[in-house]
Amino acid sequence: MATLRDVEKRIRTVKSTRRITKAMEMVAAAKLRRSQAAVEQAKPYAQKLDEMLSHLAVGSTAEIAHPYFEERPVKKRTLVVIVSDRGLCGSFNSNLLRKTDKWLKEHQDTDIEMVVVGKRANDYYKTRFDNIVEYYGDWGGAIDYGRARGLVTYLTNRFVTGETDEIDLAFTRFVSLVRYNIEIEKYLPVPRPEASGQESSSVSDYIFEPSSEEIYGQLMPSYANTKMITALLESFASEHGSRMMAMGNATRNAGDMVDSLTLEYNKARQAQITKELLEVVSGAEALAG
Amino acid sequence: MFRLSIVTPEKVFFEADIQSLIVPGIEGYLGVLSNHAPLITALEPGKIEFRDANGQTNYLAVTSGFLEVSGNVATLLADAVEETEEIDLARAEVSRDRAWEMLKAAGTGDRSIDVKRARASLRRAQNRIRIFKTTH
Repeated sequence: MATLRDVEKRIRTVKSTRRITKAMEMVAAAKLRRSQAAVEQAKPYAQKLDEMLSHLAVGSTAEIAHPYFEERPVKKRTLVVIVSDRGLCGSFNSNLLRKTDKWLKEHQDTDIEMVVVGKRANDYYKTRFDNIVEYYGDWGGAIDYGRARGLVTYLTNRFVTGETDEIDLAFTRFVSLVRYNIEIEKYLPVPRPEASGQESSSVSDYIFEPSSEEIYGQLMPSYANTKMITALLESFASEHGSRMMAMGNATRNAGDMVDSLTLEYNKARQAQITKELLEVVSGAEALAG
Repeated sequence: MFRLSIVTPEKVFFEADIQSLIVPGIEGYLGVLSNHAPLITALEPGKIEFRDANGQTNYLAVTSGFLEVSGNVATLLADAVEETEEIDLARAEVSRDRAWEMLKAAGTGDRSIDVKRARASLRRAQNRIRIFKTTH
């Protein structure tokens, strides 16, 4: 039986833990709101860019020549793993890492190199995987457009110079507060845009200035950039969402624990009082006898 | 009247019906009125000018991007746009000078410099300064 003091101490500890998890939950909620808004606001641009690409594909008769479209026999793959820098976000990181582990096993037939985004992926893979070529960490839970661009430049250069034949992105897509999809998506080469049938008649007389090829030349880097930024934004939103849920659960569990510990404390206190009473009564009886 | 929407990676910057539009196309400034033929063009750093539904002329600075016109809808995808009031002249001048220095250093054989980037940065800064001067 725990003594009164012990139980009291434990109650205090659990209560202070609860305060911390409660604060973390609220911080995560605020960050989630911001990053969710960022995801929403980035969508129109990505959509319009996709549309423009497919209009270009319809309008230009010539075969599109841009290095990002070039499909080569895949001898070497690059996997970009996007997770969080910080922990305490439930199964957010472990779910994704389990998926990438499986992916690595399935693609053993080719050379694989890895680019890790987020400290957790680096911590996990630096002992398990020996070909990490680049590490981007310390994002602070928010996007930095300059660094994202740096990452894109690095990846596209590697692809264009033939260092790698295929680049895949592993990230968590934010579907809703309670649903996150882990996706491993091909990043490069970009699948050739195809004209959707119903549009082809109306847009075939587009004017291109200067030429569709040159517009591709300018459009593709934007496209690559946008795709990466989308993936990062989705991942950050998922991270904050997961953390909010995890911390919410922790706060609730701490509350339950405080309740049961309080019960235990009260029982112990009662037992002690009963014991003391008994001692007093039996002492008095002995005197009277 | 036709619809103009200006979209940047961060947000939808502007969306409304307007009367006319002038943008810095890669082969020179071009004007768009209603019922323009379908068009896709790349943009240069420069000045966007449009007349809104009330006949008021507005100016924006654009760094680079694309314009698509089709069926009385003009979609402008811009890397970044700024209202002319937002332009920070001092900052633009600093970055212009920095770009100049970098290009000069590159001219004297410093290989660590990304010339393409410095040039682009110079053009953006010059563009901001020019627009600031024409609208203030």
